[in-house]
Amino acid sequence: MASAVERFDNKARETFESWGQTTVYRGELLRHPVYTRALHWMVALFFFLALFSGFGIYLPWLFRWFTPIFGGGQLSRTMHPWFGVAFVFFFALQALNWLKPMAWTPADTNWMRGMKKIVSGEEKMDPPETGFFNAGQKVQFWEIVIGCVVYLITGIVMWAGAGTFGRISVAISYVLHDISALIMLGGIFIHIYESTFGQPGTFQAMIRGAVSEAWAWTFHPAWYKEITGRDARQACEEERRRMTGE
Amino acid sequence: MADRKTLQTEMISAHPGPVFGHGVQRDLEVCKLVDTTICIGCKACEVACVEWNDLPFSPTTFDNTYQTMRETRWNFWNLIKFTEHPQADGTIQWLMRKDQCMHCADPGCLAACPADGAIVKYANGIVDFNQENCIGCEFCVSGCPFDIPKFNPLTKRVYKCSLCSDRVGAGLEPACIKACPTGCLKFGTKNDMKFIAEERAQQLRDKFGMEKAGVYDPQSVGGTHVIYVLHDATDPERYGGLPKNPQIPWSYTVWKWLFKPVLGTFALFGLLGVCLHYVTSGPRRAQPDLPEAPKKKGEHNG
Repeated sequence: MASAVERFDNKARETFESWGQTTVYRGELLRHPVYTRALHWMVALFFFLALFSGFGIYLPWLFRWFTPIFGGGQLSRTMHPWFGVAFVFFFALQALNWLKPMAWTPADTNWMRGMKKIVSGEEKMDPPETGFFNAGQKVQFWEIVIGCVVYLITGIVMWAGAGTFGRISVAISYVLHDISALIMLGGIFIHIYESTFGQPGTFQAMIRGAVSEAWAWTFHPAWYKEITGRDARQACEEERRRMTGE
Repeated sequence: MADRKTLQTEMISAHPGPVFGHGVQRDLEVCKLVDTTICIGCKACEVACVEWNDLPFSPTTFDNTYQTMRETRWNFWNLIKFTEHPQADGTIQWLMRKDQCMHCADPGCLAACPADGAIVKYANGIVDFNQENCIGCEFCVSGCPFDIPKFNPLTKRVYKCSLCSDRVGAGLEPACIKACPTGCLKFGTKNDMKFIAEERAQQLRDKFGMEKAGVYDPQSVGGTHVIYVLHDATDPERYGGLPKNPQIPWSYTVWKWLFKPVLGTFALFGLLGVCLHYVTSGPRRAQPDLPEAPKKKGEHNG
């Protein structure tokens, strides 16, 4: 099973690599290949389409101005499930693609314990054992995996309607669907912030696919070591000496 | 209703004493009374409904009963439900109940509806769908305890009985009332219909030996603007599944009006949180930090 997933992912990566390209300049490392980036932006596109078409249905007295974007209330309602299906589909591919690096490790538990220091900026670099993804990213990833399952089940119940599943299951689904969406909405603010203003230099990982070495040794030291073979703290210290001319 | 009130006579010149025609309108709330003990199942009300509301033909099926349709449809708002109810003495009770929208005082469909202005409740108690605002989400179907709103997949909108709000607004009775040949259907103010219904139930109990006869006006939805006189009010379920205690799911009451806006605001805390993080602890930069430029004289030391 695992090997079949791996074979599929490898084939997909190869195929996408022939369609797009990633330029890694000197002093940079390859972060996300074309396949990962393509999936990410498809997920993002359908996430926002589903989110905005859902807003008009969620709180119309506040968000009814979203519905004209999709051609009115009826079309918002008709398209919302399809946006959702596309979102879940592309995220499912991304989940397979990331299944391995997203596995939870003891290092992540430690990261979560020291999260306050990392987030507040007291600790300028992430803990040395932080790998390709840190624990915060993994929490968000698994939250979306669970959220997608909830969306899919409750969404299908509401899509088919009370005639198929009974009025009580629709009434319950509607609340679970809302809660799942609210958690993801709260999460998306943090996700966008951390990948842009919160940690400058991160956004290009999803645009060009490459990050600076300094970014890598600061935020993902264990991954840096795995790729370059150099110790992150040592590399950072050498760079500091070079810059100050000591 | 209110517009007709404005044309009521208030004063008449050179006319001392009380003015006739003043204050004749005692009660705004209208009501349809269905006396199931008088219904003969002629289906005249069904035809009148389809005729007046100009509803397109819908194919029916014949299964050796009078029931040519299992339930109401988007283009068939008024359906008599025939039930053969076996009694304790071995005989069969043949029940006929005209099924249509109940026009609840607390409409579950209206509570469930997320579309602005798609469902309205008038001061006279009529609950009406405005299809031009309907988005076709079908939440009203799950909000209704009587399984009345029906979805039309072609127009992607939901339809149901309007209690002929167009006729009532013009001072006429609903089409079904006009067509009824037995007097089983009556239309008037809610108070009057309640009074007539209770009187009829009393008559059934006293003169016809139906000890359990009573009026169906479920208070769990705040009462309805269509009420029934039943042979046995203790078991409305036998009349083609009339719910004994109709309920609106809590998710359409508590969740929608309280938790939805509150939790929606909580989600915005994510945005507030990251903004606060940016202005308090600031972004985390790749290390090492660039060496500071030497400060010029008089420059603000941030």
